[in-house]
Amino acid sequence: MSLNLLTPEFKVIRDKDKCINCKICVRECANEVHMYDKKLDKMVSIDAECVNCQRCVVMCPTQALIIIKHPQIFRDNANWTYDAIRDIYKQAETGGVLLTSMGNDRSYPIYWDKMVINASQVTNPSIDPLREPMELKVYIGRKPDKIEIDKNLNLKVKIPPQLTLEFPIMFSAMSYGAISYNAHASLAMAAEALGIYYNTGEGGLHKDFRKYSKNTIVQVASGRFGVDREYLNSSAAIEIKIGQGAKPGIGGHLPGEKVSSDVSETRMIPIGSDAISPAPHHDIYSIEDLSQLIYSLKEATDYKKPIGVKIAAVNNVAAIASGIARAGADFIAIDGFRGGTGAAPKRIRDNVGIPIEFAIASVDSRLRQEGIRHTISLIAAGSIRNSADIIKAIALGADAVYIGSAALIALGCHMCQKCNIGKCNWGIATQNPNLVKRLNPELGYKRLINLITAWGREIQEMLGGMGINDIESLKGNRLMLRGIGMTQKELDVLGILAAGE
Amino acid sequence: MLKEGNIRIPSGCAISGIINKSGTAISGQMIADSIATMHDRSNGLGGGFAAYGIYPEFKDHYAFHMFYDDLKSKKETEEFLKANFVVALEEKIPTRKTRGINNAPLIYRYFALPKLEKLNSYEISPDDFTVKFIFNVNKNINGSYIFSSGKNMGVFKAVGYPEDVANFYKLETLRGYMWTAHGRFPTNTPGWWGGAHPFNLLNISVVHNGELSSYDTNRKYLEEFGYICTLQTDTEVATYIFDLLLRKHNLPINLACKVVASPLWSQVERMSQKEKVLYNSLKIIYSKALLNGPFSIIVTYENGFAAINDRIKLRPLTAAKKDDMIFVASEESAIREVCKEPDKVWIPRGGEPVLAELDQNAIEISEQKEVTA
Repeated sequence: MSLNLLTPEFKVIRDKDKCINCKICVRECANEVHMYDKKLDKMVSIDAECVNCQRCVVMCPTQALIIIKHPQIFRDNANWTYDAIRDIYKQAETGGVLLTSMGNDRSYPIYWDKMVINASQVTNPSIDPLREPMELKVYIGRKPDKIEIDKNLNLKVKIPPQLTLEFPIMFSAMSYGAISYNAHASLAMAAEALGIYYNTGEGGLHKDFRKYSKNTIVQVASGRFGVDREYLNSSAAIEIKIGQGAKPGIGGHLPGEKVSSDVSETRMIPIGSDAISPAPHHDIYSIEDLSQLIYSLKEATDYKKPIGVKIAAVNNVAAIASGIARAGADFIAIDGFRGGTGAAPKRIRDNVGIPIEFAIASVDSRLRQEGIRHTISLIAAGSIRNSADIIKAIALGADAVYIGSAALIALGCHMCQKCNIGKCNWGIATQNPNLVKRLNPELGYKRLINLITAWGREIQEMLGGMGINDIESLKGNRLMLRGIGMTQKELDVLGILAAGE
Repeated sequence: MLKEGNIRIPSGCAISGIINKSGTAISGQMIADSIATMHDRSNGLGGGFAAYGIYPEFKDHYAFHMFYDDLKSKKETEEFLKANFVVALEEKIPTRKTRGINNAPLIYRYFALPKLEKLNSYEISPDDFTVKFIFNVNKNINGSYIFSSGKNMGVFKAVGYPEDVANFYKLETLRGYMWTAHGRFPTNTPGWWGGAHPFNLLNISVVHNGELSSYDTNRKYLEEFGYICTLQTDTEVATYIFDLLLRKHNLPINLACKVVASPLWSQVERMSQKEKVLYNSLKIIYSKALLNGPFSIIVTYENGFAAINDRIKLRPLTAAKKDDMIFVASEESAIREVCKEPDKVWIPRGGEPVLAELDQNAIEISEQKEVTA
């Protein structure tokens, strides 16, 4: 029998004056935290089971519930923090790799918040987006160096296939398995309505969603889950997943608890088995191997779809991106170290990878130095939290952004970081049908439309403020940014000036 | 001479352009009178002119106009020039002392052709070779600046009001079929002659009233094609974009205008199928060559000019026509000053260029356009 030194992480505080014993909290909590004790005629909680997903807090009709950190107050220690100590208890007790979910929550600096944006005054009028056209449309794909037309103004050489985005925003790769059927339905329906795209992630494409293929980017990841001819054909673009910002260097992980019969059918793996994607693609050990896969996919799809590559932001991301561009990829998605995940080892999530701000700036600079930036599209991901982050990402050099966590938050996620357990009370990161049905796609997709539409308006306001009426004129326009509280080196890597310069 | 490399100076100003489509030469007095009318749009910190057809005796030679800080930079530059070019004539550009024009650098012109042995060893076209030479001098030789490099044309500019600049360079004695002018109102005090407009590369000159919000996007795009943007002036990127589109990519002038002031996506949607394909492709391929922000620009090339505004017309531009003459200017008064009764006066819409070219029979057969790789 092992020694359990762990006190609960969270504590449920119930306001007895407000609680009416309606027992909604009992029904809502998949972790079975709340119970009604008949003999004592009162509600009780098992604090140890609480993951702080806020479901009961939100659903309680009288706001009688609060969740706080369980006050285990170790002696003040800036080095051996609460988390550092408890992580050791957990590993001593289980011998296991610590798993967690969503994105890096450590207090590394957030460079988005150290950059400010320009506005035009006097010498250059700002443009009013309510009265003037303000274009947000972007095209993702490979572009030729120049146009070739004959004297009758007919195109001599067709442009390679492009994705057409009505907003410079797409929904990031989140696999079916990591998230629920209803979550995928919400993303797919919203992508279609908005004129953007969602990404299937590495979990394959459920047959019910093939009708959204025009707005679907399918992923070919190291496990090749669900990859067959029909999968490739039910897409607008294909993304080869080499890496992911939350866990650079290792493969995807779907715990067996989340492999339901539908997930099993879509991924083509046995029910209940852990789906662990290998770390590298076992047919891609070098850049030339990647080039081979890119062209195989192009051949398989008749060169009719853009084929892109997703990588994690790591130390020499610029050189890697340059190689990928020359290997034939039509777009490169770069996922920064704050990117989310359904399940990852905590140490890798919190310590491996670099911030997307630096990654995008250095990849954009490197590709420009090599004279190839204009031929390929760059997509930034890894914690885009709001429209200002999007403006800054584009000014640093991105063509568009992917949002993952932000989309799930729009659907109701409360960032409890327990997706890997599969008991998501919001119906998002679970396969339990009773929980999944809590997320209504008809309502979910509207929330996503609201979010993207609102951000679109904010982006237009900021563009107009800068005197720009087309998002294309913001791309790589680093003079529109200034840094605050950054070292000279950080400014240099980002390629921006300090505020006041 | 403080170069403007380190501070970005937006331009609020005055522009004017005149062409005689039959190719008849007119004196520089007309354009000087035109721009003088718009005196209050400038603040005396820059003025300049581009003149086409002024060097008929050397029409096949590159006419380099240079500013030198001192004799040292002149010597260094001439050594480099003569190592690469055969110089047919070199001389000081004639000027006269003019009140309001001070601190003049040394101003020289050279009529030159690239040495054949150099062209053969680099295996590039004479134009590409000359562009490399120009970037080299402007970037690497301190105190030297090539401010005009076209054939049978020249830029004349200084720090001062444009009408004083015209007087300084004795432009009334020069005769050409096409003239543009610019008066500057920078919000800084640069004091550098090279910062005035027009900005020139080979036969393309640009005068520009406005500020490019898209400047950094444009600049970074151009750098991929080997253009070195040293000045942080918006006009520099506008010039290089036209050089890229017209000379390197062989786009017709009207399509080049549709790249820098492209139709909105919603407008493209309403076009015919063929036009839709064409304009979609232009917008997709040349998205970073779109000029954003308020502007009126007159871009001149050997056979004519295009005057164009940004798509939502945030700067003024008026055009007029009389017999063989086409006039464009920031203000109608500048046109009326030199053309009392035009046949037609109009205000072009945002994004719609005014195109004026020499008539076919005015273009001599010997002026073949260089085909570059």
